[in-house]
Amino acid sequence: MSLTFGVVTFPGSNCDVDAWHAVIDVLGERAVSLWHADHDLQGADVVILPGGFSYGDALRAGAIARFSPIMREVIAHAERGAPVVGFCNGFQVLCEAHLLPGALMRNASSKFVCDWVHLRVDGTNAPIFLDAYAPGQLLRIPIAHGEGRFVADEATLDQLEGEGRVAFRYVDAAGHATDDANPNGAARNIAGITNAAGNVLGMMPHPERAVEPLLGSADGLPLFQSLLARVGA
Amino acid sequence: MPRFSVSIHIVPRKGLLDPQGKAVADALHALGFATVADARIGRHIVLEVDGESAEAARAQATAMCDKLLANPVTEDYEIAAVAGG
Repeated sequence: MSLTFGVVTFPGSNCDVDAWHAVIDVLGERAVSLWHADHDLQGADVVILPGGFSYGDALRAGAIARFSPIMREVIAHAERGAPVVGFCNGFQVLCEAHLLPGALMRNASSKFVCDWVHLRVDGTNAPIFLDAYAPGQLLRIPIAHGEGRFVADEATLDQLEGEGRVAFRYVDAAGHATDDANPNGAARNIAGITNAAGNVLGMMPHPERAVEPLLGSADGLPLFQSLLARVGA
Repeated sequence: MPRFSVSIHIVPRKGLLDPQGKAVADALHALGFATVADARIGRHIVLEVDGESAEAARAQATAMCDKLLANPVTEDYEIAAVAGG
């Protein structure tokens, strides 16, 4: 079984190396580096849009990156049903690109939050990302963002919930989605969502920074292992 | 082709929490401006646009707002003024 990950670097991306480390050093798979101005995915099976501050967050986080040349290929990849995952700024780019619904707004506290959070695995429509987790499993994953408050209209939120597309929710250590456990004021404590087909995942937390005990948690690794098991050939 | 100065206002949609606006409203209250019921903070964009007419420049700016300048999920925009030509 083997899998090639394409890690996109936009000007201002700063978690591309973390994703690279997770894929190559920990998962033991192949990664190719995709520059924002590139026009092909170099055979990548899975595309990762990493965290950071693409284009300095000019206008809105992710708004300019969404029109990068490489994004034309990423959108086509997603529309073919192939896996695309965005962490942090990558989630913002996916929303701006309309591959995922909703938007990420400034944290309700106005503060940049850099911390560890508990997440609960709530998604049911995207086994390619979630298969190696137990339903309702609690994870410890870091966050680092100033604009992570997920918003969408009520109908969209109901649809996401109804279709099992809330992949991860911010919860307390006991697994309850309380206001206190919500680090940014996200609607319904939503930390990550998937598209209707289950092949696009966006999340504000950083599973790629939680892939081995040395980093404080390995709870992010099963996400990569799910991809390897379900997509790897 | 004449050049127009197009002024665009973009604000967070009413009903969505705007932490920056809330901080400013709280500060204004603290300064005694009790009449302030709400504050929302957005951006003001001024574009210099070449076009056949003011209407054409406005239509261009509207297309730019729909495609890039405003996020339809969270923001409302208004072409506030088209000047020059």
